[in-house]
Amino acid sequence: MRFTLNGRSVTYEASGARRLLDVLREDLGATGTKEGCGEGECGACSVLINGEVVDSCLVAVGQVEGCEVVTVEGLAEGTELSALQQAFINYGAAQCGICTPGMLLAAHVLLQRPDRLSADDVREGLAGNLCRCTGYTKIIEAVLSCRT
Amino acid sequence: MQDVTYLRPETIQDAVQLYRTTPGCRPLAGGTDLMVMLHAGTLRPQPRAVLDVWSLRELKGVRRVGDALEIGAAESYTGIIRSADANRYVPALVAAARTIGAAQIQNRGTLGGNLANASPAGDTLPVLLAYDAVVVTDRRTIRIDNFFLGYRKTALQADELITAVRVPLDRDVVFRKVGTRAAQAISKIVMAVCRAPARVAVGSVAEVPMRAGGAERALAEGDVAGAVGAVAADIRPIDDVRSTADYRRAVTQNVLRELLDAFTRE
Repeated sequence: MRFTLNGRSVTYEASGARRLLDVLREDLGATGTKEGCGEGECGACSVLINGEVVDSCLVAVGQVEGCEVVTVEGLAEGTELSALQQAFINYGAAQCGICTPGMLLAAHVLLQRPDRLSADDVREGLAGNLCRCTGYTKIIEAVLSCRT
Repeated sequence: MQDVTYLRPETIQDAVQLYRTTPGCRPLAGGTDLMVMLHAGTLRPQPRAVLDVWSLRELKGVRRVGDALEIGAAESYTGIIRSADANRYVPALVAAARTIGAAQIQNRGTLGGNLANASPAGDTLPVLLAYDAVVVTDRRTIRIDNFFLGYRKTALQADELITAVRVPLDRDVVFRKVGTRAAQAISKIVMAVCRAPARVAVGSVAEVPMRAGGAERALAEGDVAGAVGAVAADIRPIDDVRSTADYRRAVTQNVLRELLDAFTRE
């Protein structure tokens, strides 16, 4: 089977029933995606499939055939961090870092919305991403700073 | 999971055929329940194959069919939330969909999955009961009242696939879920109520999502206090990791009172 990972076409041969999370990390070396709970509760393994945020621990890899998958490795533009990634640094929005890749992807989707985000929109949009370090305030500030 | 065969049919006909002829096969839609259990190895018997119905076009979409709204079994909760028809005709189902997990789960979770998994805590299931929904399968229709037979046991035959759910257009249903927090919470109790015809449907308070018969009889006679009294005896809550039987009984009564008050204020 074939899918697109961060703009690059990849092929995959083994069982389609494996978790996308495991194929990303173990077969494709995309270890930016983290495993937290493995049950769809924490959002650490969030990736984008055709632009929608999903937990990659809940996706069978066969289900992404022909899809565009984006992981945290796909957010930077070359060697330049994206504005959102830089904002996470500037605002101290990452501490231990396990939730950060998933947070960035969920926030990236939120920032594509046509309407101007409120702090409540960000809280709701990131409700599927748990952070046990920051208390969320700095994450929300970082996302709000990227509104255009 | 390496030794589980992954099957991806292109059409509903192929899906039905594969499901019938593949031993130990489980349908896979958004994976929000099944992938967890598959990875943890908690399914008995262990599936030997998964049948991926997520991409079947016939199982997607929200459309009007006569005097019902038909929702594809593999349509995501996000698809339901974004559907203008769903917001107009079945707002309580949209309200329930919004409380399920968060964006990641709403993008993958489906009505077909919620029904087939048949958890007593399934958030859409009391709503479907309150609407008198009809489950459409590859071979027949099943009234939702006849669908849940026991703990995670449904009326589906071993090789029967859910294809859609039909919900009548003309019902006024209200919904409320009580969990530990607003997002990512599994219900302590979840309720949907229709004033006429009288329907009081509750989840997480018995081995199945259930209708509260005593409360419905009182409500049909316009006896709100009687309904609130009766619902405590209708339900069969237990103590478990999420809550206690006492709490569930008290909160079920409070939520029913609150939902019935909301009708009175309309």
